[in-house]
Amino acid sequence: MNIKAEHLMYVYEAGTGYEKRALDDVTCEIKGGEFIGLIGHTGSGKSTFIQHLNGLLKAHSGDIKVDDVSIYSPGYNMIELRSNVGLVFQYPEHQLFESDVLKDVCFGPRNLGASKEEAEVLAKEALASVNLGSERFYKASPFDLSGGQKRRAAIAGVLAMKPKVLILDEPTAGLDPKGREEILGLISQIHKDLKITVILVSHSMEDVANYVDRLLVMDKGVLAFDGTPKEVFRHYKELEKLGLAAPQVTYCMNDLKAAGMDVDTDAITISEAVESIMKNF
Amino acid sequence: MLRDITLGQYYPAQSVIHKLDPRVKLAATLVYIISLFIGMNVEIYIAAALFLVITVKLSKVPVSYITRGLKAIVLLIIFSAAFNLFLTSGETLVSFGPITITKEGARFAVFMIIRLIFLIMGTSLLTLTTTPNNLTDGLEKAFAILKVVKVPVHEIAMMMSIALRFIPILVDETDKIMKAQMARGADFETGNIIRRSKAMVPILVPLFISAFRRANDLAMAMEARCYHGSEGRTKMKPLKYTKRDACGYISLLLYLAVMIGLNIYAGGRVI
Repeated sequence: MNIKAEHLMYVYEAGTGYEKRALDDVTCEIKGGEFIGLIGHTGSGKSTFIQHLNGLLKAHSGDIKVDDVSIYSPGYNMIELRSNVGLVFQYPEHQLFESDVLKDVCFGPRNLGASKEEAEVLAKEALASVNLGSERFYKASPFDLSGGQKRRAAIAGVLAMKPKVLILDEPTAGLDPKGREEILGLISQIHKDLKITVILVSHSMEDVANYVDRLLVMDKGVLAFDGTPKEVFRHYKELEKLGLAAPQVTYCMNDLKAAGMDVDTDAITISEAVESIMKNF
Repeated sequence: MLRDITLGQYYPAQSVIHKLDPRVKLAATLVYIISLFIGMNVEIYIAAALFLVITVKLSKVPVSYITRGLKAIVLLIIFSAAFNLFLTSGETLVSFGPITITKEGARFAVFMIIRLIFLIMGTSLLTLTTTPNNLTDGLEKAFAILKVVKVPVHEIAMMMSIALRFIPILVDETDKIMKAQMARGADFETGNIIRRSKAMVPILVPLFISAFRRANDLAMAMEARCYHGSEGRTKMKPLKYTKRDACGYISLLLYLAVMIGLNIYAGGRVI
């Protein structure tokens, strides 16, 4: 499933003194199966952007085409769009409401018209892919789970709708380092196993650099950079001006290079860096 | 749509009204409400409108911001107007079938609409121009006399200001939860009333949980800073009347006098 955003423009509080351009002429294409990181400072418009992709917000001008059909064309099936483009909001555990986990995960498929049995099959599948696939969790109250488990249950709630594109808004917010690793590893696993497009929204470069194939950087509603992590991190000086930082490794390698050592400044992960440095000895 | 709720919101601006002592503004709101119910004639409503227009102008709050609050009570206005229109007895104006509209009914309906609109606009001006902190202090001072009969004035004022402070937060929260459930295919707009009220459960449960969580956090934060109610509590910026406030009270008295005078002049006439 390809999504094309064309010249998106969105203004908050239009017509009042508080007018603020959240999106300003954003154009990009998201191809099926990509693993994309969307990075930007708080208020850069990244959350606004992703809410356009499943039609929760409607752009004031510009267009979004899913497989070359505009989602703004009259009679477009929004419910189907929302099942195809699954959006996991920040702190998704705050949306849990049912008496047990299985029922909560069934909410999505049931809304799409699945029967109780079909929904349960889908829900169990989704729970298995977030490592909550056991009878013990099915019948547990979502409010008795730990923070990380709650979040995974909420992600399962979206996965159960079998989306072709999965968007996660700051999935690691408020988690400890171990929980972060767990969630990011899980998302990477889901991308590999289910072969779906994943868009990971974050303000931390370190979080996404190791996982994604492509980085989109937003600043003040404008798409500032679009490329592979290596390409984007070459602009680490400009990134700093946007209030973002490249991974520590990039700084380290650039400093070594400046000190006269022959190293690869495109290294992102620690193991790449080690390899490149060891070549000098 | 939820962002239209301006109930209890503060609009920051530099104006005479903003700088007035909250007690003056509380008194003004009370006087204004009373004045609207003094009588039902054109003169009184013109005077009330004039007073409102001048105050709004002075407050520098955009008119669009004040009228936005009216959207929330459109239904209430329509209902009360309809009841007055159809259920008031008197001289028949028009009648079709069992429905008759009387002259008195039409008058009452029109006045009721104006009265409600003035009421909402006037009272929303109080919270639009007063910070929750100030409002609490004002309420506490204004009702301090009740402390004699062991009414926990400070605590009540504190609860009120917390409630006001939480309105925008919970509105935002509702917006977020609605979107999250819509992303899971929830539909709040179609179906009959039973289906629609059932569709509210996935919003209300998370909303209540979040409200309790926030209350718990806030209580903890207050306790951590040794808050223990009014006893022995002093103010960093105690409320003090200035010349401006005296002018405020005098204008208020004049306004009230004008309103009563107009009513006597009109002789309780209804039109």
